[in-house]
Amino acid sequence: MSSEAISSADYIKHHLTNWTYGQSPTTGEWSFAHTAAEAKSMGFMAIHVDTMLWSIITGLIFIYFFTKAANKASAGVPTGLQNFVEMIVEFIDTSVRGSFTAKNDMVAPLAMTVFVWIFLMNAMDLVPVDWIPEATKWVGVTFFGADPHHVYMKVVPSTDPNATIGMAFSVFFLVLFYSVKNKGISGFTAELTMMPFQSNNKVVQALFIPVNFILEFVSLIAKPISLALRLFGNMYAGEMIFILIAIMFNAGLVMATLGGVLQLGWAIFHILIITLQAFIFMTLTIVYLDMAHSEH
Amino acid sequence: MNINLTLIGQSITFIFFVMFVMKFVWPPLVTALEERKKTIADGLAAAEKGKHDGELAKQRVLDTLKDAKVQAQDIINLAEKRASEIVEESKDNARVEGERIIAAANAELEQEVNRAREQLRGQVVSLAVAGAGKVLKREIDEKANEDLLKDLVAQL
Repeated sequence: MSSEAISSADYIKHHLTNWTYGQSPTTGEWSFAHTAAEAKSMGFMAIHVDTMLWSIITGLIFIYFFTKAANKASAGVPTGLQNFVEMIVEFIDTSVRGSFTAKNDMVAPLAMTVFVWIFLMNAMDLVPVDWIPEATKWVGVTFFGADPHHVYMKVVPSTDPNATIGMAFSVFFLVLFYSVKNKGISGFTAELTMMPFQSNNKVVQALFIPVNFILEFVSLIAKPISLALRLFGNMYAGEMIFILIAIMFNAGLVMATLGGVLQLGWAIFHILIITLQAFIFMTLTIVYLDMAHSEH
Repeated sequence: MNINLTLIGQSITFIFFVMFVMKFVWPPLVTALEERKKTIADGLAAAEKGKHDGELAKQRVLDTLKDAKVQAQDIINLAEKRASEIVEESKDNARVEGERIIAAANAELEQEVNRAREQLRGQVVSLAVAGAGKVLKREIDEKANEDLLKDLVAQL
């Protein structure tokens, strides 16, 4: 929190605003948004630079270490990094073998990417909430002459619904693709329209079709939405609590001490949530893809 | 919390990472794990085989030892039998030889006795003839009593 007297509401709002680069609806020019309202007005033609930046950084960290381990991978006695990476690979492999019954070489790498990447993105939550935004603010003010109130940096990509929905929709696209590939257009359509209500009478069956479709379509579309919003909601709430705790640091020594204890406690608890959410996202991805491969 | 192009950007990033992992990260790691699994399995199998071979060798050693013992016993038995045979044979030979010697001695003795008897007879005859001749010198013609004398000799 900067030394200037800004209200807690502003502080929270500042922390929850993404660093946005987009097209101004009035002038049509591409620029960084200076305020949350300006960012909102850009509509769809905008991109959250911080979300992209940190997701790519965490992704590259993941890629870097795992590629390093993969290049050195041998059947000999594993040490250090290779041991750690193999442990994760083994864990993912077991999970995939447990829930995915069909044969598809893409599922395990996908599951591992989902798990490790989401874990790392979530883990950005454990960095104290002000460190990176303050550092960015300093860089922005010192080198680019920016207004400190207009430098936004939201470091946890999974608290941005764009990131979680983006991933969930990619998974959903794969689910649709494999459903059609394995069951054919007709099989997939039948799955959406011929269940759960069935009848031997042709007329009654025809009447059931729209009912079935509504039910099945909702459950189909609920998959990616719930996948995305579960992760987003958990991480957003966790981030919010970290921000609220951070506010306490400005409210006197006693509150600051209490805040320190709370932050430590919440961070330790949050390690569980971080891992759990990454694991849930991965497991559901595997399960959805398994459903796309199996006949009813 | 605006939904915007970030969504598409994230999807592209995600797909890129998944493809990268699928191509360069997952296969070598899984291959290494499989290879290690195989190496360990082979090692265990080899150990099991070695143990089995060791047991077989031990069994073979025991068998050979048993055979050797049996053979040795056979040889000993044979030798004992042969020894007793030799002893028996020697005994037989000795007995036969002894009997032969006894028989020869007996025969010689007989011969000696006969010879002595013959001699004695001859002497007795001549003594008897001489005695008789001395007694009957005058009355008896040696030539006329030849038959009688011969008869007397045959009766002795």
